[in-house]
Amino acid sequence: MRLEQVIKGLALAEVCPGTGVEREVSGAYCSDMLSDVMAHAQPGDVWITVQTHQNCVAVAMMAELTGVVLTRGMRPDPEMAEKASREGVALLTTGLTSFEVAGRLFCLLRQERGEC
Amino acid sequence: MQTPEERGEARLRLEFEVTGLDFATAGSAATRVKRALEHVGFSARAVRRAAITAYEAEMNIVIHARRGLLKVCVAPEAVVIVAADEGPGIADLELAMQEGFSTAPEDVREMGFGAGMGLPNMRRCSDHFTIQSVVGRGTTVRAVIKNDQVGGRGRGV
Repeated sequence: MRLEQVIKGLALAEVCPGTGVEREVSGAYCSDMLSDVMAHAQPGDVWITVQTHQNCVAVAMMAELTGVVLTRGMRPDPEMAEKASREGVALLTTGLTSFEVAGRLFCLLRQERGEC
Repeated sequence: MQTPEERGEARLRLEFEVTGLDFATAGSAATRVKRALEHVGFSARAVRRAAITAYEAEMNIVIHARRGLLKVCVAPEAVVIVAADEGPGIADLELAMQEGFSTAPEDVREMGFGAGMGLPNMRRCSDHFTIQSVVGRGTTVRAVIKNDQVGGRGRGV
């Protein structure tokens, strides 16, 4: 499933509109600890978190994640937004909690695979 | 195992100065290492393992040390990453290598660092990993990541 379908399906807001939306989403990882994400997120995952600082952009790049979803109404620090834009990392926001985003995305991906 | 570095066969050498508590530019060295490895045609799996190792090494210097040097030596079959810092050193290396153990300060933990997974991540992503430390002087880690030619972009590192 492409990121743009996830954005539409979960009504996510794009911080840098159009950035990386054609990339494939293979899954997701939900964590606020950066090294945990590096250890367990898989390439192509979206990262669901409440961390809003610029170092998260490098984590997403190193771990080859498809995008970062900031939950619970969190807004990116200006430095994070600027870096994400510069590096082409998709940065999305939502008022939903991490639990809700993970749950809805889980269903969306399973539906696409015909598993529910 | 003798490395390309030791045999003098390295094709590319990169060196980055890393400054303690400089969170603004933190990650830039690892980003450049990743791009360089992609550029020279390392496998997707090796690129990702090396990028994670370089990032964790860089962040450890930023979080814990006054300053340090990240040296990267690339040859066709492997990349060697050496991170040497001037910092507090580690008294108990065995403890430091355990997942979940961290000495990161509270403000840094609030940023999501200090999960106690940096060193374990580096060891897990490396084919060879060594760490040496002198309390009050600093720490040096050395990681070798082989370039697996047949490695595809599979899930997991």
